[in-house]
Formats: sequence, structure tokens, C-alpha cells
Amino acid sequence: MFIELENIHKHFGRVHANAGISLTVPEGRIMGLLGENGAGKTTLAKILSGYQTHDAGTIYLDGKQASFRSPAEAIRAGIGMLHQDPLDVPALSVLENFELGGLQSGLRKSRASAARLQELCKRFGFSLDADAAVSSLTIGERQQLEIVRLLDQGVQVLILDEPTTGISSPQKVLLFRTLHRLASEGISIIFVSHKLDEVEQLCSSVTVLRRGQVAGSLESPFSPADLVLLMFGKALDITERPDVPLGDSLVELRDGTIRTYRLTMDHLTLELRAGEVVGLAGLEGSGQQLLMRACAGIQPLAGGTLAIAGQDMTRKNYREFARLGVRFVPAARLEEGLISGMSIREHYALIDPNQGNVIAWGNAQTQAAEKISEYNIVGSPDSLVQALSGGNQQRLLLAMLPEKLALLILEHPTRGLDIGSSRWIWEHLLERRLQGTAILFTSTDLDELVKYSDRVIVFSGGMMSAPTPASQVTSESLGYMIGGNLR
Amino acid sequence: MANSLLVETIASVIASAAPLVFAGVGETITEKVGITNLSLDGSILLSAMAGFAAAMLSGSLLVGVITAMLVGALVAGIVATGSIALRQDQVAVGFVLTVLCTALSSFLGKPYVRVPGPSMPHLPIPYLADIPVIGPIFFNHDLLVYLSYVVIFGTVFLFNRTQLGLRLRAVGERPEAAFARGINVNRYRYLFTCLGGALVGLGGATFSLSVKLGWSYQHTAGFGWIALAIVIFGGWNPLRVALGAYLFGALNSLASILQPAFPTVPTQVFQTAPFAFMILTLLIMNGDVLERLPRGSRWLRKLLQGQAPAGLGKRFQSD
Ligand SMILES: Nc1ncnc2c1ncn2[C@@H]1O[C@H](COP(=O)(O)OP(=O)(O)O)[C@@H](O)[C@H]1O
Ligand SMILES: [Mg+2]
Repeated sequence: MFIELENIHKHFGRVHANAGISLTVPEGRIMGLLGENGAGKTTLAKILSGYQTHDAGTIYLDGKQASFRSPAEAIRAGIGMLHQDPLDVPALSVLENFELGGLQSGLRKSRASAARLQELCKRFGFSLDADAAVSSLTIGERQQLEIVRLLDQGVQVLILDEPTTGISSPQKVLLFRTLHRLASEGISIIFVSHKLDEVEQLCSSVTVLRRGQVAGSLESPFSPADLVLLMFGKALDITERPDVPLGDSLVELRDGTIRTYRLTMDHLTLELRAGEVVGLAGLEGSGQQLLMRACAGIQPLAGGTLAIAGQDMTRKNYREFARLGVRFVPAARLEEGLISGMSIREHYALIDPNQGNVIAWGNAQTQAAEKISEYNIVGSPDSLVQALSGGNQQRLLLAMLPEKLALLILEHPTRGLDIGSSRWIWEHLLERRLQGTAILFTSTDLDELVKYSDRVIVFSGGMMSAPTPASQVTSESLGYMIGGNLR
Repeated sequence: MANSLLVETIASVIASAAPLVFAGVGETITEKVGITNLSLDGSILLSAMAGFAAAMLSGSLLVGVITAMLVGALVAGIVATGSIALRQDQVAVGFVLTVLCTALSSFLGKPYVRVPGPSMPHLPIPYLADIPVIGPIFFNHDLLVYLSYVVIFGTVFLFNRTQLGLRLRAVGERPEAAFARGINVNRYRYLFTCLGGALVGLGGATFSLSVKLGWSYQHTAGFGWIALAIVIFGGWNPLRVALGAYLFGALNSLASILQPAFPTVPTQVFQTAPFAFMILTLLIMNGDVLERLPRGSRWLRKLLQGQAPAGLGKRFQSD
């Protein structure tokens, strides 16, 4: 199916999210829709898939004008979308989710559906247990389920919104293979992303959005420099990673044991020096989160000893870690990091140790305003944190940290952020090293690990590799180790 | 002889739990689609009164039962409208309706207080009632009690085997996802809130026409709250909710059997003990027991486990 969009507009209050977008989607090919956070990609994808109405403009399908009042109508017309956060029903089983939305009535035809599900999974090499609850699946598996569900509904156009955020690298390989295969079978793919390398690797053409407008379109092969120029309107200079001399030993974990109902890790040893950056690689749930939480005083050790700055911290709680200058920035920004429903000002009133029982709102206001400008946060002291974009939430989390820290532990510090924001975050983090702050972080982005770490540790099924200097690893060798070859 | 006494007691538990079964399963349906109808205590009272009055005035039990169901559906419809169309808080609307319906039942029910009236005729099911033990326990009651069995299994069937049930669960769990799959979320919510309400009304009629005959002030007060609690403890699973209703009935009759045997213990202890036991039992049921079941009993776990619908009380509007 051949899609044309003509002059699409969409406003949210004063925000002009799509400001006259015209583009064509070629049939049976993979088209990239690239742009930094807030460029208007998701808005456009939701309009095309019937999830949002547009204020003005026209959609043509195979030359005929179309308008959708609901996603169901778009699916009937052959257009399906995978949302960034899979839009499925976690409490239901895989099979139940697969069946939902098929336009049958009467009794469920579970056996026939299960057969179709199995057949589709086999075709693409997915392994989904029909009876498993969707809530027990990984994001990658939920994505696979949505793909087969939409294909079962007969879609001819598949829109994927930032599909590689939060999935493992094998899942990403499988996803890309699947998309190539679908395109070769005549299905048009719109691949929404802010990641240059993925678009380069996958797409045969790309349209770049900037501030709600089309900045330009390119045919493969693209050069990263051209893409960056279109995305940001200017070339970005490469961040230098200045070397800082490492200080004294800061974290000493000896023969540690961590036991949870899922995973037991023992003989854990880690040494971290002041000013050092150590990156932790591995599939989600391989143990890196547990190690980080243990170093932050959130996950108790079942054995072994942990010392920070020479003090024994083995049985201490998070408060005492915090007193030594240890801070933990979780991946779940809204669930664990910030308090949804509260404004930036209220957050400052909460964290300021000088606030008494009666809140001095003036001080909180001043602090919030200062940090907002210092950290380039798009928002005001009144902004509710859940209304901020992911990049701005992350900036706020960093802005709320004390100036001076001994150890900063971050889960996925740049997950979901575009290159501009990621660079800003890393410039800030690398600067903190100058004061001797050690940094421990995880990421699924192997390049990020190689680029910013002094040493890298790979986790697999609760096992931990020896720390390797980042200069001696590449993203390929990391990928190999993540697959279970820890050497 | 002791055996037949036991059978008789169990049979009476089955019959006396029927109103709670209707109300609990009805509320389960309503909550599964994402709406909390908190007015149960009031709407059971009002429908019990209306059902009794209508049956008496018309001389037809059927008219009585249908009137009660309409009253229940109407009250539930108000909760749905208040929440969906008027965007008011479900809990607040439910509370106000509880008070309103309770007062209305007292006011409108004045002429019928302690007036003798019609009741459901006893109707043993031929052949089935003659089966030893099972027969007298399950098949020696009136039509409404049999209908309560139909409602339990019908609801299990609806939830698990039909497209309609699958969609109604999706609406209650994640309305946005249901919308994306072409389901008219708010229409489902109106429909199943009212259906659940009709069952609550049927529960009211079962009180006044079958279990606790006639009408008096505050005739059924308290049972609505119990039904609401059973839905929660029953994990929004119709089978477990029904078991909860029977358990409560059993504890109640156990208390009234034991009471004469311990004359020194205050009667209040026996009146409140069922509630405490109920909480205890259900805590155990909800706890680790299900996790520890052997692997082969996956179906049993699936049958018994339950969680609040994730979209319960969440308002939905498409944009
Ligand atoms: N539902 C909404 N309400 C208000 N503003 C919105 C809404 N959705 C998106 N926006 C705003 O529209 C702009 C474009 O957002 P989006 O399409 O999500 O960008 P992208 O997907 O490219 O990151 C942003 O400024 C965002 O804050
Ligand atoms: Mg987006």
C-alpha cells in the first residue's frame, strides 16, 4: 500500500506538534522517521494509525482519501502501529491478547487462534508461550506479540515507534531480521527512531522531522553527518572524553553474595577508584541491577563485605550510604526517581535539608528556578514532573543530586534520549569525575559503554566477568560476552 | 441421623447464600469492566423492597423479580453515567447513592413493613433431587437458588469462553488498549455496569422473596458491604466470589449452631466471628498457598488466583 500525507497539522494547546507535514511512504520498503525527542514523530505516527485525530491535512491510501476515527478503522484499512510502550493488556494471556480485536463474536475459537499464533511465531522465529501472562514477558516479547497480532489482522503497513528502546540485543537482531523479511513480502514499514545508527543500518529511505516539520528526506546510503545536520539543523561536535587521574580506592566489595528469589550471585568482587567510570553490560536481569543496588545500600548482601571510602558498610542502610555521598538514579524515572503528580518546586521543597516543618516556598521556588536554567530543563517550577519529556526528567534527576558526590550509580542514564540530550547528560557526568566522583552505570547501548567507561564488566545469568579496560573491548566483543561467553 | 442434619445444614447454607452470590457476582462483572458500584448496600435494600412490593401488588413473582432487577440496573446506570458522562468520582457517587437508596427503601417501603406477601414456591428438581446427599443439598430449593448456579457458571463461561467476555476484561484492565483494538469502551462500561446492577437487584429480590421473606426497615442492611468485600477477597474471580458467599453463609450458620452450646459467651462474639474467620480464610487463600501448589495444578491456580482489574476506576476518553 502506498501512503501519502499532505500538510498534516496537530496542535496540543500552544504546542504545534505537527506543523504541515507532507511525505510519502513507499510500498514494501523500510522508511525511517528520524528526529530528536519532541520533534513530533509519535504524534504523526498516532495520527496515521488512527489513534489521534489531526487538525488539518489529508491522508491518501493508494491515492484515495482516508480518515480514521479510531485505531480499529486504521487497522481495517491496513495500518497498524506498535506503540513505544506496548499497548497490550498485561493481565491477559498471550493468546487472549492475540485474539482480542479480531472482529469475531460469539464463542472464542481459542484452538484456531492458537494455531495461527504458533504458525506466525514459527515463521518469524519468535518463541511465545500462548498461555503465559503478558505481564511476565519482556518488552521485546510483547513487541513480537503485537507484531504477529497486527499481521494476523492483515495490516499492510506497520509503524514501529522507537521499537529498540528497552529490548535486548538478540531481540533487536531478530526484530531487524523480521522487518527486512516483512518488507520483502510487500509490507511497508515505518521505523520511528531517534537513533542514527539504527536508521542507517535498517532503512532504505529516511525522512527527518525537526520541530514538527519535515527537515528533509534522504535515500540510502546516508552519511551520519547529513542525518545529524538534518536532525539538529547544525553539526554536533564530537564530545571529548578528557582523561582524569584516578584517585584512591573508593568501593571495595569482597566475596559478596546476593540472593533474591530469582538469582543468586556469589564471589562478587569489585574495586572502584575515585573518578573512575565503570560500565555494566548484560541482558536485563543478569545481575547488574543487583550489584548496583548492593553498592547503593538498597540490596542487602547475604555474605561478604563492602567498604566505601574505607568504612565498612556491609550491613548499613541507604541513608548511611547517602551520608557518605552515594546516590542511585534508577531507570524508572517516574516510578522510582521522581514523584508523579508533584511539581519541580515541590520536589525541591522535599529534598532540601534546610526546609523546616513549615515549608519556605520562596526558597523552593528560587532553587527550582536556578536549577531549571542551569540544567536547561524545558519547564517551569510549576511543571508537574510527569509532564516533562524523558530527557528533561533525567536532567531534573541529575539536578536534584548534591553538588559533591563520592559515588553515583545510574541505571540506563540515557535510555530513550536523543543524541543531543545524551551528550549533554554525559558531559555533565564526566565533569563530575573531576571532583573525584566515581560512576557506575548500566546501559543496553554497547557503544555508550565502550565510549564513556574506563572499565567494563559483563554480566550473564548472575555471573560477572573480570573488569576489562574499555580500550580493549569493542561493541562486537561485548555482544559476544553478553551472549554468555564471559571467558 | 447426624448425617442428614449435616446435609440439611449445608442445603440451608446454599439457599441462604444465594442473594450474596447474585450481588457478589454482579459486582464482579461491574468491576471487571472497570467501574466500582459502591452503592450495593443501598441498592440491595431498595430492590428487595421494590421486588417484594411489586410481587405483592401484581400478584406475580416474575414481575417482582424483574422490578428488582430493573431497580438494581437503574442505580448502577446512575453510577456509570455519573462516572462516564458527568466525569464524577465513582466512589463519591456510590456513597451518596447508598445513603439515598437506603432512605428511599425505608420511605417507600413503609406500607409493606411486616405485611405477609408472596414467596418463591419450593420446587425440587425431579430426579436430581433424589440423588443421595447431592440432591437434597443442591436440587431441593426454589427457582432463584437454581438461577444462582446458572449465574455463577454463566459468568465463568462469559469471562473465559466468549469474545464478549474477553473484551469486557480488556476494557477493565487497559481501556486504551481495548480502544486500540476497536472496542467501544464506554458502551461496554454502561452495558456491563447495568448488567451487574441487575444481578445485584436480583440478589435483593432473592432476599425478600426467598431467603428472608417480606420487608422491614433495614431488612438487608450490611449485606451490600459484605458483597463488596467478598468481591475483593474473591480476587474478582466469579467462582471464588461465589465460594466466598458460601463460606460466609457457612460461618454464619456455624455460629448460630454453636451459640446455644456456649451460653456464657456473649452472643456478639458469635455474630461477629464469621467476619473475622472470613478475613482469616481469605488471607490464607490469597497468600502463599497458591504459589506452593505443585506445578501440575496450573489450571487450579489459574482458576483461583485473582487481581484487581488494572483499569478499575480509571476514566477513559479517546482523543
Ligand atoms: N498528548 C499531548 N498533550 C500535550 N502535548 C503533547 C502531547 N503529545 C505530544 N505533545 C507535545 O508535542 C510535541 C511532539 O511530541 P512527540 O510527537 O511525542 O515527539 P517525538 O515522538 O518526536 O519525541 C512535544 O513537544 C510534546 O510535548
Ligand atoms: Mg516519541
